[in-house]
Amino acid sequence: MRRAVSEKAAIGYVRSTDEGTAEPVRHPVIVVGAGPVGLCAAIDLALGGVRVVLLDEDDTASVGSRAICFAKRTLEILDRIGCGDAVVARGVSWNLGKVFCGDDLVYTFDLLPERGHRRPAFINLQQYLLEEFLIDRAREVDGLSLRWKNRVVGIDPSPDSVLVEVETPSGRYRLVCDYLIACDGARSPLRAMLGLEPRGQTFKDRFLISDVRMHAGRSTERWFWFDPPFHRNQSALLHRQADDVWRCDFQLGWEADPMAEKAPERVIPRVRALLGDGVDFELEWVSVYTFACQRLERFRHGRVLFAGDSAHLVSPFGARGANSGIQDAENLAWKLRMVLRGAAPDALLDTYDDERVPAADDNIRNSTRSTDFITPKSDVSRRFRDAVLALAKDHPFARRLVNSGRLSVPFSYAQSPLCTPDADAFAGAMTPGSPAADAPVRSGDSDSWLLAHLGGEFTGVYASDGGPLPPHVVEDMLALERDATPLRTLVMVPARAALHAGARPELPAVEDVDGLFALRYDARPGTYYIVRPDQHVCARRRSFDAAWARAAVARATCRPVHADAGYGRRAAAVERRA
Amino acid sequence: MGLCIEANLQDPDDFYEALIDAHRGLTPQQSELLNAKLILLLANHVGDLDVLREALDRARAGLAPAEGA
Repeated sequence: MRRAVSEKAAIGYVRSTDEGTAEPVRHPVIVVGAGPVGLCAAIDLALGGVRVVLLDEDDTASVGSRAICFAKRTLEILDRIGCGDAVVARGVSWNLGKVFCGDDLVYTFDLLPERGHRRPAFINLQQYLLEEFLIDRAREVDGLSLRWKNRVVGIDPSPDSVLVEVETPSGRYRLVCDYLIACDGARSPLRAMLGLEPRGQTFKDRFLISDVRMHAGRSTERWFWFDPPFHRNQSALLHRQADDVWRCDFQLGWEADPMAEKAPERVIPRVRALLGDGVDFELEWVSVYTFACQRLERFRHGRVLFAGDSAHLVSPFGARGANSGIQDAENLAWKLRMVLRGAAPDALLDTYDDERVPAADDNIRNSTRSTDFITPKSDVSRRFRDAVLALAKDHPFARRLVNSGRLSVPFSYAQSPLCTPDADAFAGAMTPGSPAADAPVRSGDSDSWLLAHLGGEFTGVYASDGGPLPPHVVEDMLALERDATPLRTLVMVPARAALHAGARPELPAVEDVDGLFALRYDARPGTYYIVRPDQHVCARRRSFDAAWARAAVARATCRPVHADAGYGRRAAAVERRA
Repeated sequence: MGLCIEANLQDPDDFYEALIDAHRGLTPQQSELLNAKLILLLANHVGDLDVLREALDRARAGLAPAEGA
């Protein structure tokens, strides 16, 4: 059997100058665990100018079940941190899923039925390949110290710092940090050291993953079977990854012997039955897994913040593990940056819980529902599942009940205290809290995407009518950019309107080339959106007002809304009107 | 509009006979499957989740969970 091992192995341990100092060296942020979540968090922080140390106990690919499906929102985050193109070029794009019952196709879903988005609904890529791209990126970024074979063996959080003890091939050393992000996985040692336990449900079922390498003329669609002829009374999944590797997933039932089922002589006949005779394949990786849907009660514990599997676990049906973990990382990165830079109070970090705990609950709810369908827990549950499948072939309504995994969609922070509630009427999906939808835009002769112009800092998107902006509006917009928490402006002009009409060159403008911005954001001339550093909408209005914009940014960073001298009275007037 | 609990069937006796006839000759397991399909078909016809929840509550009323369940 081939071993699927990341090239992390080639990097290895290098002794840090922090080892062997008399006093522990202090860093702003330590991230523990260099999986996809820890790598994204560390890169995002470093790109924002926060020096970060990333510790990993190992120097090879992680052991255990690996993520293969990365959702559109994850790709957009990877775009923002500078490795989206590499990941998408290597991965296999897909939007279509098919569900079979027995021999019959009962349900087909298209996860991205509309055009005008830079990224597909999903790409499939082996987790170790994603990690390689992230490691390459991590090594390019200034201010990121990536340390392999650095195992955290002790943690001592205090009110103003976190002390960790780290074991390396050279011995033990200590580090101090302002904040620590624990991305150390489902069996998080840090979680155990702090005496924390996730709560939730475990499921009595076992599944076999076998990743096989083969040349096959199959499509890249996700194929899921209930009760297929080649694996009676259980479910199966076939899904393509990069480099001619295919994921074959077989439900085994609770009674299956996990050790025996991993033996190649047991696995090969199952895979052959799925693929059919005459297909040559090679086993790449085999694992038998069970799963749970559970989470920590809170993800923030003082200066220690849990992200990804250490904070919450779901079943794999729905691609909600790694994708939600990467969204945790992005949510934390900008908040930590603001707090460390003194632009926001520590209370901003509490909103990590306000936003990501409900996101985890949404994932757990969807994952639990899928699991109840795939692995019914009672006779009556099984009977209804079978009834749905029996009806699905000839009854369109029943196809919508077939649940082989509801695939990850980004969570909207609609209930977040960081959102400014709408005072004006808007239609469409871009309510405050939503991840900003993409749209094609053009600047000059160059085509690009809206999301490429958003993120990193707060950005105000102003829909102009294509005519010149009044000089005082331009002055106000430029002044916002000079604030302690800068609010950049992007002027959106209608298709075929002259760019930069009346605007200064320092006020960037793009053309809503297909009118999709206007459509997706329900924008008309004057409409103004404020988008957070993580590309989530936090406020919108039918007209631009600098005092209102400052108040919205203050709210989105947990600062007192009327604190800044010079705009307090005007902001108060706006509040009263609202 | 909530769940209708007044008489609404065009011919109650005909319906009841048809319901029992539909199960004729089936094993208990087959009957359970038939009932499940029937519930799903009718639920889709109703459509309104509030009405369906009210029906579920009324159907469940008075049934105490068994010991250990």
